[in-house]
Amino acid sequence: MARRINIKFNFLNGMNIIGHKKLFLSFSLIITLLSIASIVAFGFHQGIDFKGGTLWQLRIAEGEPNFKEIDGFLKENLKNVGEIRLSYNQSENIFIARFGVASEAEHQEFLKAVLAKYPTANELSFESIGPSVGEKLRKNALVAIGLVLVGISLFIAFAFRKTSRPISSWKYGWVTLLTLFHDIIIPAGLLAYLGYLGKVEIDSNFVVALLVVMGFSVHDTIVIFDRIRENLLHSRGKTDFAEIINTSVNQTIARSINTSLTLILVLLALFFFGPITLKYFVLTLLVGVTTGAYSSIFVASPLLLIWQNLKKPA
Amino acid sequence: MRKYPGLILSFIFVATIIAGFFVYPGTFGLKTRPWRLGLDLVGGSHLIYEIDLTKIPGADQSSVVNGLRDVIERRVNLFGVSEPQVFTAKSGNKTNLIVEIAGITDINQAIRLIGETPLLDFREVVENGSSTTFVTPETPLTGQYITSAQLTFDQTTGAPQVSISFNDEGSKIFENLTEKNVNKPIAIFLDEGLIEAPVVQQKITGGQAVITGRFTVSEARTLVERFNAGALPAPITLINQQTVSPGLGNDSLQKALTAGAIGTLIVMLFMLVYYQFFGVFAAVALIIYSLLTLGLFKLIGVTMTLAGLAGFILTIGMAVDANILIFERVKEETKKGLSRMFAIEEGFKKAWPSIRDSNISTIITAVILYFFTSSFIKGFALTLLIGVLVSMFSAITTTRLLLKVFAKNQPATKN
Repeated sequence: MARRINIKFNFLNGMNIIGHKKLFLSFSLIITLLSIASIVAFGFHQGIDFKGGTLWQLRIAEGEPNFKEIDGFLKENLKNVGEIRLSYNQSENIFIARFGVASEAEHQEFLKAVLAKYPTANELSFESIGPSVGEKLRKNALVAIGLVLVGISLFIAFAFRKTSRPISSWKYGWVTLLTLFHDIIIPAGLLAYLGYLGKVEIDSNFVVALLVVMGFSVHDTIVIFDRIRENLLHSRGKTDFAEIINTSVNQTIARSINTSLTLILVLLALFFFGPITLKYFVLTLLVGVTTGAYSSIFVASPLLLIWQNLKKPA
Repeated sequence: MRKYPGLILSFIFVATIIAGFFVYPGTFGLKTRPWRLGLDLVGGSHLIYEIDLTKIPGADQSSVVNGLRDVIERRVNLFGVSEPQVFTAKSGNKTNLIVEIAGITDINQAIRLIGETPLLDFREVVENGSSTTFVTPETPLTGQYITSAQLTFDQTTGAPQVSISFNDEGSKIFENLTEKNVNKPIAIFLDEGLIEAPVVQQKITGGQAVITGRFTVSEARTLVERFNAGALPAPITLINQQTVSPGLGNDSLQKALTAGAIGTLIVMLFMLVYYQFFGVFAAVALIIYSLLTLGLFKLIGVTMTLAGLAGFILTIGMAVDANILIFERVKEETKKGLSRMFAIEEGFKKAWPSIRDSNISTIITAVILYFFTSSFIKGFALTLLIGVLVSMFSAITTTRLLLKVFAKNQPATKN
């Protein structure tokens, strides 16, 4: 039993992450640029809780209804509610329609029309949010994002306040922030693309998922930076900085991967067995946490080295 | 704690078993304290109404808002659902009324009963030749002064009519109003529609009025019921509705529980396979963590929403993180040649700063989320926060005690 663990460790100890930093950083850069391109090109389809509107879930199982048929039926019958966007969960026969603000009277009218055509249809949920509520939620979401960013930055500045040379504490902070940006821009890019496909909208849940990703992906980065700091202290400037970083990453890589992996396992369980209401929330977390694990190992530490090398002439 | 690890550990075990019975539905916990489930898990409606206070003078606004809340509460109580929530919330310069009704099958009917508001008011009338205008603003006499209403019948024609009684304040206003308007008509408006404009014969004291209108018996009866539940002192508009059917709610609950159980098992399995001997302790600690946290949620009365459940399930994936950090440190210390007992002690000591620091960022996120989001996300933030706090506690106490008691007798192996 002990031997097996040893083999794993020897393998990991041999990983030359810093040596291949260009490869990893290029990979991240490409994905980040693609994500930004996706956000710029497709934009965010705001959810009803941000811009106001209606989300209506119906289960229509009868007579094998297809997407086109239901889509046509709703567009014909739901009047004065703006654009109707329909998505369909085939395995559960659940249709999710999103449209503009509808009054309770209109809701009853629509329901009557649906039941007339599909008598066994089952209304699962109806959510209609006025534009004024949406505005407030959107404002709060932005405030929350800002506060989390500021809060985490301040905390990192505080946690690394006793850092020794050759790296000053604010560099850890900036690199962490850069990594955080990387970790949330990638799920955001993916969601922008999925939104373009009409599958998903950017709502409060999405913002919450991004904030949780920020809070969580900082974990691993802190653990690695902690170790770099500790090793720097022990080496007293005798060892090459690049080597210290590489050793530190390798020393902590197992825990970095494992701490993220346990969360990813739980998220996978939620994604495959959990309620469909949470599906895109969980997907955002899944992508964000995976990106976070990758970036804390393969992006944060190389960035720290590059930043340091930029400062002093080689 | 250093002296009696076995004793404290036994105490934690007993607490866990009690928590297990306490949280499991169908055992004694159900009777002593049922789970409080959110609307998205039991089905129900979350309704936000905007109160139109534009016609109410500033000084009276808070009493009108309170009166309105009481009236809506009485109406909602008519549905006979358990624990309906009616509360007001300031949103910018607007006042909202929030109604939460759970476990009602015909929510549409409920919304209709809340929304159909008999807004009664009296208006003075100016007759100018053939044209009649109703004086605005309306007189201060509105439905909020009505103490009771009755269905009566006109003694001569037998037509159904609604008799209303005003309270003292209302009686006084009514008296002044009729005195001022003797031989002139006063218009009675219901929901902004003119019902009738009878001519005042004389000053009316005692606060009794009769609305004749042209009601059918059932119309008059409905009106009486609505007046008795209380008329709304200010108009309200439904601006936000979230309705989840009980079927979907239950489905979400079952699926979230299944996913949570599967997730927990996979995490335990992973810990056992990867950390083997130590993994056993992580797995046991995870079970203890889950049951104690759920017990705590129930004990302090956290309303479990779907988002809250999701937050808790996430913490299951995070709770073992502390164990991972500790075990990895212990491995390192063992490699340095320390005996197992010392390695464990050192491992805990050295891993603690990382555990603390890395959890603080999640705590920051959860706290900010709690204060800057709406009720559904609040549930998520709360369970996440409690979960992370409990997991920090359990990482340094439960796992440590387990190792102290069960691992110390093992011979030190070279890892």
